[in-house]
Amino acid sequence: MKNKFKKDFPIFKNLPKLVYLDSAATSQRPKIVVDALKNFYEKENANIHRGIYTLSEDATKNYELVRKKIANFINSNADEIIFTKNATEGFNLLANTIKELISKDKNEIVLTDMEHHSNLLPWQNFAKKYKFKLKFIPLTKNYELDYDKAKELINKKTAMISFTFVSNVLGTINDAQKLISLANTQKAMTIIDASQAIQHFKINVKKLNCDFLVFSSHKMMGPTGVGVLYGKKKLLEKMPPFLVGGGTIDSVDYENAVYLDPPRKFEAGTQNFADVIALGNSIDYLKQIGFDKIQKHESELFEYALEKMQKIKDIKIYNPGKNKSAPVISFNLQDIHPHDIAHILNDYNIAIRAGHHCCMPLIKKLGILGTCKVSGVCRASLSIYNTKEDINKLITALKKTQEIFGK
Amino acid sequence: MIMEIYKEHILDLYKNPKNKKILNNFNSEFSKNNPLCGDTMKIQLLIQKDRIKDISFTGDGCAISQASASLLTDKIKNMPIKQVKNLTKEDVLELLRIPISYARLNCALLPLDTIKGALENVGN
Repeated sequence: MKNKFKKDFPIFKNLPKLVYLDSAATSQRPKIVVDALKNFYEKENANIHRGIYTLSEDATKNYELVRKKIANFINSNADEIIFTKNATEGFNLLANTIKELISKDKNEIVLTDMEHHSNLLPWQNFAKKYKFKLKFIPLTKNYELDYDKAKELINKKTAMISFTFVSNVLGTINDAQKLISLANTQKAMTIIDASQAIQHFKINVKKLNCDFLVFSSHKMMGPTGVGVLYGKKKLLEKMPPFLVGGGTIDSVDYENAVYLDPPRKFEAGTQNFADVIALGNSIDYLKQIGFDKIQKHESELFEYALEKMQKIKDIKIYNPGKNKSAPVISFNLQDIHPHDIAHILNDYNIAIRAGHHCCMPLIKKLGILGTCKVSGVCRASLSIYNTKEDINKLITALKKTQEIFGK
Repeated sequence: MIMEIYKEHILDLYKNPKNKKILNNFNSEFSKNNPLCGDTMKIQLLIQKDRIKDISFTGDGCAISQASASLLTDKIKNMPIKQVKNLTKEDVLELLRIPISYARLNCALLPLDTIKGALENVGN
């Protein structure tokens, strides 16, 4: 299988031996994104929403154009897109402003057992502050959500459900539509963490009918330092601003301020405009390839990897299997610590993630669900620039690791 | 490369660590996490006449942290606690005799940090 995409990513020209299997942590960037940053700083740099001069006006136009591109990408309106610094900030923004939207008879939040700390800690704080109860949709033995339990857990007291579309550890693609319809019947709000989904398949917020959706640029081949929060306009209008300051106001006197309409009331201070503008290029890149091709490539590789890995002696794989997972495979080699595995793989120029993946409660749960002792797992995650050769190298190195440890 | 860090003596200690047990008779214990990997190490100490009379560690960890715990607990047995408190990163690296990268330093130093925690915890 010839990889048509790898040449677009300069890092592989500079590090030809690199086998990068950590795209779920952060993706690599295509040349057009890197060039966009250089181009902006060298030819277009000026602050946005400030200057009356051409350079600033153009920067503002380009920044707002990316808002439109993102809206188009997920099928929302542009004024429903808020730029944050990362997905984590998106959740913190929600947890700090959403209280206004919750009716008095509701005091429960439903999350899942597979949430990233980013979609757990803000709600822990919220629950402590407002005396809400957190409930968690458990996993089945096949590393999927238990939808029967979800139906029991979501009730008329549920203020909101917040769940990940794709698990960063298990790869599991959750049935967002099903969870949203369960929430809708109980008039609960819906929040989706799309950080591990946005780069793999098409997301349509109108069709999903979710209230909020959060993701970050750096996992979708864009620059670091930019996150996106989508929110339904009628909800964003009722929410107070999170961070306040320059850029958010209509008028100010010494005692009071009148805030702008969303999205600007949520974007305080000088924004990360250079990175936002370069994110526009990563969206162009993904659209130009198209999700049909991205999915075809990624699922072919994923299935190849899964099949090869399953044949390794004493491997434990934490994944629901093909058609149910993004190209993310977490695993353990019995009794060999994930850090040792990742370390040895590094000597073969293979980059994987090892540890708890910002999902400590989930990893503890896997220890109960799985057969081996777990204080962490290894994770290989794939993207369009990966090849079957990468997988073959991974398999060889894993076998070598077992040899070194005398297994 | 691989052979530099996963040397025979490290792997041997990983497979057959010394002092990895639960003490029945101890007067201080302390647990510490390595937040990077989620590992927890527990140290138990029996201190008599300002010396480490007995010591043990428990908890799962990588080869580096287990080897480090094994070597370190062995070294400080019967050592005056004043001397243990002065042990440094360099002392641990000298015991391990392998090159430790920045990312693995936490693994190598978890036992020493936990031992120091246990010393501060005496009598609590």
